[in-house]
Amino acid sequence: MAIIEIQNLRKTFRSGDVDVHALRGVNLLVEKGEFLAVVGKSGSGKSTLFHILGGLTPPTSGTVKIDGQSLTELDEAGRTLLRRNSVGFVFQKYNLLPTLTIRDNIDIARDISGKTAPWDAAFNEVVEILGIAQKMDRKPRQLSGGEQQRVAIARAIVNQPAILLADEPTGNLDTENSDMVLDLLRHLNKKTGQTVLMITHDPEAAAFADRIVQMRDGELYGA
Amino acid sequence: MVYKLVYENLKHRPVRTLLSSLAIGLGVTMMLALVGVGEGMLEDQANRARGVGADLVVRAPGSSVVGMGSLSMNQGILSYVRSQKHVTLATPIGVHSTGGVSSIMGINYDEFAEMGGGFRFREGGRFSAQNDVIIDDLYAREKKLKVGSLLNTMNRDWRVSGIFASGKLARVMIPLTVLQELASANGKITMIYVKLDDPANTQAVIDAMKKDLPEYPIYAMEELIKQFSVNNLPELKAFIGVVVSLAVLFGFLVVFLAMYTAVLERTREIGILKALGAGPGYVLGILLRETVLLAIIGSLCGILMSYGTRWLISTFIPASMVQAIVYSWWPIASLITLAGAVLGVLYPALKAAKQDALDSLSYD
Repeated sequence: MAIIEIQNLRKTFRSGDVDVHALRGVNLLVEKGEFLAVVGKSGSGKSTLFHILGGLTPPTSGTVKIDGQSLTELDEAGRTLLRRNSVGFVFQKYNLLPTLTIRDNIDIARDISGKTAPWDAAFNEVVEILGIAQKMDRKPRQLSGGEQQRVAIARAIVNQPAILLADEPTGNLDTENSDMVLDLLRHLNKKTGQTVLMITHDPEAAAFADRIVQMRDGELYGA
Repeated sequence: MVYKLVYENLKHRPVRTLLSSLAIGLGVTMMLALVGVGEGMLEDQANRARGVGADLVVRAPGSSVVGMGSLSMNQGILSYVRSQKHVTLATPIGVHSTGGVSSIMGINYDEFAEMGGGFRFREGGRFSAQNDVIIDDLYAREKKLKVGSLLNTMNRDWRVSGIFASGKLARVMIPLTVLQELASANGKITMIYVKLDDPANTQAVIDAMKKDLPEYPIYAMEELIKQFSVNNLPELKAFIGVVVSLAVLFGFLVVFLAMYTAVLERTREIGILKALGAGPGYVLGILLRETVLLAIIGSLCGILMSYGTRWLISTFIPASMVQAIVYSWWPIASLITLAGAVLGVLYPALKAAKQDALDSLSYD
């Protein structure tokens, strides 16, 4: 069963007087529980695809469905709900809130989605797997880059989203930490069945995924 | 969770939080100090009027009920007042303004002292020469005067012969005859204080005198003291209105600047919240709560600072001004400040709420 269905997706930006065609008819199916890597050079359109799938920007045309929900007709409020309930983000720059502790950084995602119950046993296990259980009362600045990225992964999946979108999740990490983060992503994918779509320019990082597709000049190859 | 974020945000920038709170508090202090000075001075005036020990007062026609007045009443009326039934003592008072709200008062020492149960001198004693002056302890402290010091007022040097405990109508007193002569107002007085055989006869005496002296304002002392209210001073009420408006403007500007800067500084964080699915209401709620908390801290600072202004006034100008602590204005000043603060945060908060998530995340 496909959890992401993309048909003839196009996105055109206006840059000054010039139209920039970032996506030129992308087609993609991602199965539930799959770990997919989208590989491409800078400017290939992979980040635009990430932003559309995450509800951060609307498509120009085409069809995008996540877990059966069409993104094409969503307005800003609808995209906000999509981000709240169906998508978890992991960014290259971690994007943790610097004033909050690790626990609060995770809890605020739950608060935004209206969940107040304590973490369940499954999530506590995820926290253990990610190796951050002992760092809950620390602030992000007290953690290494690898640890911060693991917190970002925990925050991204705390609400059990349909898909986890990771944008260059190892872009700011050294090889050792990169491998650890990628291992954890793969481990979580296998253990919990969490669908992961990872954007990267690094073939070595992409190799951790079940399937790799190439993005070039706004078009997807190998899908 | 939101409150925790708000608290951590305020804690994260302690200097900005402190300065914003103090600046918001200044508006509260402005209001509380002004209202406090108004109330304090009126209360002080009432206490000092009470200290005369009179039952009623006869003032010059056309004089203001709370003003000090001038030497405009014919002294001849004194014999009429003294002849009234139940009157045991009537003493004339002369008031001469020495600029601003300061004045010098002329009294018949023995009569005045007898009416109020005598002066309690801290130092020295009554007038013994034509250029002698007696002053109260607050005036002495403010002007750093002692017995034997020279006090220059009305273009003349006076020798301080005594310093009395405050609460006796005026802060600076000289013999009435000297005042009349200096003011070129021989035979003129400002008011007459009257002591009766029994305070229960006050109204009867007033009614009788009003028949013969319909032009003259005659008040029972308690009635007069009740008139010492901000409500009877339209100028003060208008001034309070101006200061309240300034405080609202002050709160508005401080919060506008503080929160506008905060929103710019937190652009990326707002983007993170939006990426997590926070809607405009959630972001708006964070900034509104932060502002309300700032306004509450600011109000507390303002209340504390109003104790500071009272200390400054009572230490450096105890005779010129008195500031009361008017508790009933604490919630009023706080709510006014809160209103200004909420107005101030509206634009930055709406700007933050409308921020595009993607643009915000790209912000460095």
